[in-house]
Amino acid sequence: MSDVMTDRRPRAEHPGGTPLPVSLRQARLPRWTPAALALVSAALGTGIGLVGGLDSRIQWGLIAALLFIGGTFALAAGVEGARQAKDRLATSLVWIAFLLAVVPLASLLWETVARGTTVLDGFFLSHSMGTLPDALPGGGIYHAIIGTLEQVGLATLIAAPLGLLTAVYLVEYGRGRLAKVVTFFVDVMTGIPSIVAGLFILSVWILILGFGPSGFAGSMALAILMMPVVVRSTEEMLKLVPNELREASLALGVPKWRTILKVVLPTSIGGITTGVMLAIARITGETAPVLLLVWGAKTINGNPFEGAQQSLPLYVFQQWQQGSDASYDRAWSAALVLIAFVMILNLVARGIARWKAPKTGR
Amino acid sequence: MAKRIDVSGLSAYYGGHKAIDDISMTVEPRSVTAFIGPSGCGKSTFLRTLNRMHEVTPGGRVEGKVLLDDENLYGSGVDPVAVRRTVGMVFQRPNPFPTMSIFDNVAAGLRLNGTHKKNELKDIVEKSLRGANLWNEVKDRLGKPGSGLSGGQQQRLCIARAIAVEPQVLLMDEPCSALDPISTLAIEDLIGELKERFTIVIVTHNMQQAARVSDRTAFFNLAAVGQPGKLVEIDETERIFSNPSVQATEDYISGRFG
Repeated sequence: MSDVMTDRRPRAEHPGGTPLPVSLRQARLPRWTPAALALVSAALGTGIGLVGGLDSRIQWGLIAALLFIGGTFALAAGVEGARQAKDRLATSLVWIAFLLAVVPLASLLWETVARGTTVLDGFFLSHSMGTLPDALPGGGIYHAIIGTLEQVGLATLIAAPLGLLTAVYLVEYGRGRLAKVVTFFVDVMTGIPSIVAGLFILSVWILILGFGPSGFAGSMALAILMMPVVVRSTEEMLKLVPNELREASLALGVPKWRTILKVVLPTSIGGITTGVMLAIARITGETAPVLLLVWGAKTINGNPFEGAQQSLPLYVFQQWQQGSDASYDRAWSAALVLIAFVMILNLVARGIARWKAPKTGR
Repeated sequence: MAKRIDVSGLSAYYGGHKAIDDISMTVEPRSVTAFIGPSGCGKSTFLRTLNRMHEVTPGGRVEGKVLLDDENLYGSGVDPVAVRRTVGMVFQRPNPFPTMSIFDNVAAGLRLNGTHKKNELKDIVEKSLRGANLWNEVKDRLGKPGSGLSGGQQQRLCIARAIAVEPQVLLMDEPCSALDPISTLAIEDLIGELKERFTIVIVTHNMQQAARVSDRTAFFNLAAVGQPGKLVEIDETERIFSNPSVQATEDYISGRFG
């Protein structure tokens, strides 16, 4: 344009006197640079580690990570300028943090799958330990699966309705001192160590009231641990429901309790279910209260209200304690089953959340 | 169907803060009454006292009397739920229930109040959607979620939902402020039709709208920020916009205000 029309105005100048950049384009590193740099630094880290005779793989990794961060920063600073270099520095730090978080998780899964599949078969899933001596191979976890299902199921039956109703009270009705007191105690309960919950039920249910060990006693302790989690997550979900929906319903002449039941809860049911499922997943892995209250039987006991039962985490603990090769194998397999159980629960929760989410389709 | 509203000596509070002070007015049946005034002058608060929605807000409190054909809404033993069935409300932002289909949204008030007969519901839903000028646009997609409609359609859906429970009075709190001119026109036409059956009170910031749709207009004002809002005057809309009896009204309407 400027060579067609003669522009006599002076060029725009920065207040400091330096002219503004003529072009908005600037040099960029190719897209594959970070990946290539990561490969190079990993190779260099390994090479330095080997040549320098460093035993620890952690040192290799640290060297590679430092090389990667420094390399990206220097390269970007040289080619792209200071601001882009800082951006790349932050990005590479985030990636390394991500790797640091993923490595333990992946190695845990790998270890459990590799060791847990040795004795995991139909027989293992459908038989109890019976009278099998611990040092011998064989036996299974059927009694532990039954126990875990019953104890966790009962705990959910106790904790989920109570927690749900508490959350509804706190969000929809709670004003003034009682609500504050309830919130405070929910916070306190969130911090109760599981062994303390177990000891509490042990002293009340078994020592004072004189009942024997049972799955139900364990469920009560698990319910204590589960309730605050349910209250907290449900509370957050109910708070997300826009007030306008409550008002719209009230303005139609719908009583408050029906508004909560038909408008507020259906709107938030996806999130509430996810919260309850995650709470279930959390208590499924609890060992301490089960150890104190359920004791761990070797045979199948289908009645959670009478006599000792088994549960998966406790089974893992006891098998590990035995210290024979056969019991190690059983412990790993039971741990794998436990992880799979929790993972399935999480997937179910996600599925329900997606299925029940308010629809926006046109 | 429509009822007269007589308000006398009404004040409303949010906790310790007095939001509106000593308001008295009469709202005629089968007519449209518009409330205008600057933001924060208590128009919406006053509107919400007319169906006891004000007390839903934490700390909300009301003094004074609201007579609906000689029955005091704030008398002892009056059930706020019954009041809200008689005095319906449409809000500023369209708020269809997100978990419900278009049909269920309109049927919500009836269903939640205990009407469950399929045929009866179907008839009322169609009648209400026709009443809200929405039937032709949604009759083939009644099972689809209400949140998939456009903003203007959603607002008409909310009006259909409000008139489905056959209230005596319909309160509208800036029903067009989130809508484009064409949807606004659709709703204004609708208000003109609805006043044959209902007593309508509408809060609006749009003075042309007040002049177009209302029979009577009330002007609210507040002395200063933090002071309670007051009713300055209420009169025939024509009088208010041509020859108001209070200088402040004329200043506000002609844009000389503040």
